[in-house]
Amino acid sequence: MKNSSKFLISIAVFLGFYYLPIELLPFRNPIFEALALAKWYAREHVLLCLVPAFFIAGAISVFISQAAIIKYFGAKAKKILAYTVASVSGSILAVCSCTVLPLFSGIYKRGAGLGPAIAFLYSGPAINVLAIIFTARVLGWQLGFARAAGAVIFSIVIGFLMHLIFLKEERERHAQGNFAVPEEEPSRPLWKNAIYFSSTIGILIFANWAKPGASDSGLWVKIYQFKWFITAIFGIVLALVLISWFKKDELKKWITSSWEFALQILPLLLLGVLVAGLLLGRVGHEGIIPSRFVEKLVGGNSLFANFFASIFGAFMYFATLTEVPILKGLIGAGMGKGPALALLLAGPALSLPNMLVIRSVIGIKKTVVYVALVVIMAAISGIIFGILVK
Amino acid sequence: MKIQVYGKGCPKCHDLTHNVQEALKEIGKEDKVEHVADINKITEKGIMLTPALVIDDEIVSEGRILSVDDIKKAIMDK
Repeated sequence: MKNSSKFLISIAVFLGFYYLPIELLPFRNPIFEALALAKWYAREHVLLCLVPAFFIAGAISVFISQAAIIKYFGAKAKKILAYTVASVSGSILAVCSCTVLPLFSGIYKRGAGLGPAIAFLYSGPAINVLAIIFTARVLGWQLGFARAAGAVIFSIVIGFLMHLIFLKEERERHAQGNFAVPEEEPSRPLWKNAIYFSSTIGILIFANWAKPGASDSGLWVKIYQFKWFITAIFGIVLALVLISWFKKDELKKWITSSWEFALQILPLLLLGVLVAGLLLGRVGHEGIIPSRFVEKLVGGNSLFANFFASIFGAFMYFATLTEVPILKGLIGAGMGKGPALALLLAGPALSLPNMLVIRSVIGIKKTVVYVALVVIMAAISGIIFGILVK
Repeated sequence: MKIQVYGKGCPKCHDLTHNVQEALKEIGKEDKVEHVADINKITEKGIMLTPALVIDDEIVSEGRILSVDDIKKAIMDK
């Protein structure tokens, strides 16, 4: 199928859900809930949040040199630097597990070793821009922030623990030669790129500035009043930057890569929303799974609830971003904030299929230790977060 | 000529493979494109970013989907 027809189909599906006349449907049941939820996402989260986020992800993949980052993972790189870069570079390098796994394997076998490799493996899927933006928008900024901060801290701690636990083996193992870093000439100085990225991110943040609650005051309210004005300023800056500093060819690459992200993520995300609606219903409505079950298993902030959420998350496979609507559904049905974070921290980083690939790279023993560390730490952070936000 | 696409099977890898096939067709060659999905083989080759295009055991590109024209040029240069 041609790209243009794929694009038209996506628009048609989006508009279909946007204007879905669900009030006219005679039934009120899980199927109704699934459609109603999809409509809500189409109205609230696609245009202002997902579309700009796709453009940012596309820009990152085209305009930031990946080679420049990979060199920090080399066999001779400083260890502290390798850990630090590994813990944050997921936001730039990784969007799907098919990018994360070859990099992980390369860092482990030919580069900085087990610790930084694990740090990258963990933070990669959790800290990508799309995931953080979407989490903050749909689940609230506390969870979005906790997810990002948790992912960075976790990845360093877990990576370092793995390094210590397998210290002897690591010392005996010799890196099998370094890897080649593909050379690229930067097409524009760093500060120009910085202005470009801050203007796109500015648009995203201020266009989505949430309506202040009754208790909010001061700056938050002021910014909300002027949010379209501020957004417009960033928009003008972006337009000027694009016109004066970018070649036509680069813009085309940017659009293509943003479109590829959208195409890769949207169909699975729609499916995730429909399934979440079907099983869990919207907030205040029930789907197939009764709310009392959810409340019993993962309600409140007990030790059991947190561990259950983190183990469930570790084994379950979530396609990119689908963890968000599923969690929204679970929270609506009575899941506690703590267990929700536990699931967010254990979920996207691990799944049964990716455990199998990890095992083929580092062996069964290290994989088991890694999974155990992630599950335990996710559960503990869940408990702490649950206490803090209460 | 040995033409290989390295990658774990994500949509980008399929796009690259598709472009390579297209390029071969336009040149009129009938070489097969081999897909290497084994992660340990990807690492052994020294590839960090997938999808990667390898022609006669030499890495031509990493982490990018080359256009049909670029691939034609790379094949001609061999």
